[in-house]
Amino acid sequence: MERSLMKGNEALAEAAIRAGCKCYFGYPITPQNEIGAYMSNTLPKLGGVFVQAESEIGAINMIYGCAATGTRCMTSSSSPGMSLKTEGISYLVGADLPCVIVNIQRGGPGLGSIQPSQADYWQTTRALGHGDMRMPVFAPYSVQEMVDMTSKAFDIAEEFRTPVMVLADGLLGQMMEPVSFPDSGTTGSSSPTWATDGHDNKRKKNIVNSLFLEPIELENVIKERFDRYEKIKEKHCEAAYENTEDADIIIAAYGSTARITQTAAEMARAEGIKVGTFRPITVYPFPEKQLQAACKNAKKVLVVEMSMGQMVDDVKLALDCKIPVEFYGRSGGFVPGPQEVLEKIRGMM
Amino acid sequence: MKKMNEYLIAGFGGQGILFAGKLLGNIGLIDNKEVTWFPSYGPAMRGGTCNCSVCISDSLIGSPVVDSPDVLIAMNGPSYDKFINAVKKGGKAFIDNSLVDSKYDGSDIDCFYIPATRLAAENDLKGMANIIVLGKVIKETGLATLETVKAALEVSVPAGKANLIELNMKAIEIGMAN
Repeated sequence: MERSLMKGNEALAEAAIRAGCKCYFGYPITPQNEIGAYMSNTLPKLGGVFVQAESEIGAINMIYGCAATGTRCMTSSSSPGMSLKTEGISYLVGADLPCVIVNIQRGGPGLGSIQPSQADYWQTTRALGHGDMRMPVFAPYSVQEMVDMTSKAFDIAEEFRTPVMVLADGLLGQMMEPVSFPDSGTTGSSSPTWATDGHDNKRKKNIVNSLFLEPIELENVIKERFDRYEKIKEKHCEAAYENTEDADIIIAAYGSTARITQTAAEMARAEGIKVGTFRPITVYPFPEKQLQAACKNAKKVLVVEMSMGQMVDDVKLALDCKIPVEFYGRSGGFVPGPQEVLEKIRGMM
Repeated sequence: MKKMNEYLIAGFGGQGILFAGKLLGNIGLIDNKEVTWFPSYGPAMRGGTCNCSVCISDSLIGSPVVDSPDVLIAMNGPSYDKFINAVKKGGKAFIDNSLVDSKYDGSDIDCFYIPATRLAAENDLKGMANIIVLGKVIKETGLATLETVKAALEVSVPAGKANLIELNMKAIEIGMAN
């Protein structure tokens, strides 16, 4: 397959269009602006719709309306913008509306910085809106995975009627890497049975709604939704791991940090330290079983993140205190170098 | 360990730093290598200094951020001051000495000086000092053949600006001859 050099943000936008995304709504924020720019340039030429909304709140509510018609749609933002979208995201979940939401993380809290960060892990996996809710989250670690996972995100969103998040960061969004676009993949069912796309008096009306005043009604809706989360766990919980069989130390990292830990692990192996790597590909659902399998011979686990330590919670929960878990993180926009991770590993011996 | 070459290109915004990096990346791509290109983004794009990391490797690249390059291209004084001591021992630095007054006095790295900005002006190639320096890099490192460079230019130059390919090739040749 032919490879071309593309920025992560642009490759993601192209992948969305190829996956049948017809409408994009967003508001500019660094470091994800190339997504909106690409959409504004490309979507209208293909008969799609690009709207730069008046704010992130406007954009997410346009997604609500668009998704209700059964049209494949996407919004993207970066950390502070995601916080603004959270109310709308909760409504999308509450109304079972499929869509793809992209967060190219930058530093926080507040306006933070525009440099790469992974400090929205808790927000993304725990509380991206009010209410009993979850959302599948893909964490790509290369430009190619930004393409592959965006495409998959649309399919899962539609299959399970849920918003799906692609969680990357400024490093992946801004970097260029060779990428190819597979031809396969679906581009959405033409007319979902639940969509509010006009019934012509030929069928019963469809209603899209997140308000259920009867307690029993709301509880049933939520329980049915959590059953779907269980199915997503069974079918779409993904991880990648390497050299774990004989490893004394397993390094767990996701997204762009997992590239750096991979180099650090190679450096450690060259020094005779037995290190393996574990990388969650979905961060919700968190690949607990895969982590347990990868760590079965490990003496220690090291979690590395571009944050003060967030995914480390999920690692500890999955390992149930059976193996000591240590943490190394950088904040403020620093991307940890392989050398500093290596020094941390040496210190654990 | 796998073989990887790390490049750092630095200068002012507007000197074509990012484009030079993209061309370098496409050279790697055409040679079937793994490539990463990572810009300094944000304030640097609004004037001031600008730099770009490029890695070319036989296998998957870990961090795309280059802290200590094998090859440094310094297109102005502040970039030279900031990065010259970061170059790996045994590495190479390419310096546009029409804009950089300093000279490196150590012997741990090879320094090549080329008055790229002046050469660009003299040859009616304004704005192509970046490509002239890249020509020098290609000559001194044996990075690529001229055919590869041309093929890389064809995919790097925007579709509507194909006329720039010949001018860029001229800039490469001037860099190689100086």
